[in-house]
Amino acid sequence: MEQFFQQLTNGLAVGGIYALIALGYTMVYGVLKLINFAHGDLFTIGAYLGLTLLTSLSLTDRLGPFWGVVALAAMAMGLVALVGALLERVAYRPLRESPRLSAVVSALGASIFLSNAVMLIYGARFHVYPQDLLPKITLDLFGLQLPLVRVLILAASLVMMTALYLFIQKTRIGTAIRAAAIDQGAARLMGIDVDRVILLVFLIGPALGGVAGVMVGIYYGQINFTMGWTYGLKAFTAAILGGIGNIPGAMVGGLLLGVIEAMGAAYISIAWKDAIAFCILIAILIVRPTGLLGERVAEKV
Amino acid sequence: MMDRTKYLYLAGTVVLAAAPAVLNTYWVDVLNNVGMYAILGLSLNLIVGHAGLFNLGHAAFYAIGAYTAAILNSHFHIPVLWLLPLSALTAGLFALMIARPIIHLRGDYLCIVTIGVGEIVRIALINNVFGITGGANGIFGIDRPQIFGWVIRRPQEFYYLIWLFLMVTVFLFQRLENSRFGRALNYLREDETAAEGSGIHTAHYKLMAFVIGAAWAGMVGNIFAAKMTIISPESFSFWESVLMFTLVILGGSGSIPGVLLGALLIIGLPELFRGFANARMAIFGVAMVAMMIFRTGGILPARPRTYRLPQPAAAVEAKP
Repeated sequence: MEQFFQQLTNGLAVGGIYALIALGYTMVYGVLKLINFAHGDLFTIGAYLGLTLLTSLSLTDRLGPFWGVVALAAMAMGLVALVGALLERVAYRPLRESPRLSAVVSALGASIFLSNAVMLIYGARFHVYPQDLLPKITLDLFGLQLPLVRVLILAASLVMMTALYLFIQKTRIGTAIRAAAIDQGAARLMGIDVDRVILLVFLIGPALGGVAGVMVGIYYGQINFTMGWTYGLKAFTAAILGGIGNIPGAMVGGLLLGVIEAMGAAYISIAWKDAIAFCILIAILIVRPTGLLGERVAEKV
Repeated sequence: MMDRTKYLYLAGTVVLAAAPAVLNTYWVDVLNNVGMYAILGLSLNLIVGHAGLFNLGHAAFYAIGAYTAAILNSHFHIPVLWLLPLSALTAGLFALMIARPIIHLRGDYLCIVTIGVGEIVRIALINNVFGITGGANGIFGIDRPQIFGWVIRRPQEFYYLIWLFLMVTVFLFQRLENSRFGRALNYLREDETAAEGSGIHTAHYKLMAFVIGAAWAGMVGNIFAAKMTIISPESFSFWESVLMFTLVILGGSGSIPGVLLGALLIIGLPELFRGFANARMAIFGVAMVAMMIFRTGGILPARPRTYRLPQPAAAVEAKP
């Protein structure tokens, strides 16, 4: 039972990270109907920028561990958001009127470029996050020994998801994003500047992806330039699981996938851990392509 | 027009046949790789360029062909080249099995599923699935191919095997392109609804293209296994699929000369600029984005095909 709850909380923490990345996929998909293949690499960039900022600014020494990490996350978010906006401007905007698959190829190209650019800058080896970033405390929750990092990661992702949900549901700008996702033409007729909505989506999505990168660095301690692909694909699976284009769906899907994966690794086989997500992905696309709560993706043939 | 292309192909053949006599072993080996990737590219081109199905897991079929040859050869000592049809069969059957339920998915989803399948196959190979794939170390001690007792061993000898295979592939795929099957694919890629309206069973044709392309990649896998004598899962990583996909897109999807040029540029060119070896994937990425923005069809795009209507009395097969 102890192992079950340990795996459950571990799965929830990883699932929170998946959910944050999945939100980027699902928001872009909602507005542009484009799978942003480069999103996983924005996540990688977040992890690497986080490491650079951490070592060069020594934030934790100045602000203390907690606020240092918060400032670090905020800075990584801002920078990755800029990269995301730049990506949209260079690789996606010129293709907005083109066939969908041209944009997909462009996204793939952008992804290949970004991951290899990270490799060229930082090198192909694994990079290590400082281990003493957060104090190594284990919390005692209802007789369960939980590492502080795990609890903080889960809490942070939940806070960010709630904030995003409120932003999308309650504010004018959030309403504009939802309107543009439903019908771009109609939204434009209602006076919504769709270009700005798209830009905004490409700021918010990458920001969340970037902070997820920092979280992975802190949680697992090591990062690699190819990790964007695995995390990206898994987060994409999470987005599909919840129903792509659907923001609460991405959150639920991410948490669910994290838990399924942790349980699968613990009770089935750790060697097949990475295959579990892909099997789920294929199974969902075959059985229920709409996801748990989402739009229709299959074409009638 | 047609004559000029014929002479071009003829001149190309002569140059290629003479190449091993002039080049040193290293460059012959580079050309071997170009040849293998050209065949892989052509097989993927059938799926991506002709059927319009985005397949980013082509390395999986390549791997299955290679492992079929490697396992049967190392356990039962069946000559490798005899296993060519079997490699094609296993890769084709696997493609049929996975593509049948997903063929109706929209392009970008299909793309994701093929990535997933490629990864599942790679993980399965690493985990020594069924206890026959040798895990992360792979399989070694695969026999060299033999033709009538002649053992193919040196790169120069492989060169002729590979490029002969490539020429047969080009010839067959050219025929396929202009056959009833190829024309149907062309139609359904351009306008699926209209094609369906004209009585083309789109799912059937897409599936056929997918299976044939996969089977062909399986055969290349067989030759790869024979050439390397050692195969391991890392030879069939996601980047292999990306490389194949990139060469098709950059060269010109749907165009045989385009794919050949793509293979030459993507596999051959980095050898000329060794200093950029690390940067080559980054450059390909930028090239893909730029190509989509400025020249969607690739460097040598597929030309629109024209067909003459058959004469009412004698229904002659139309020529391009």
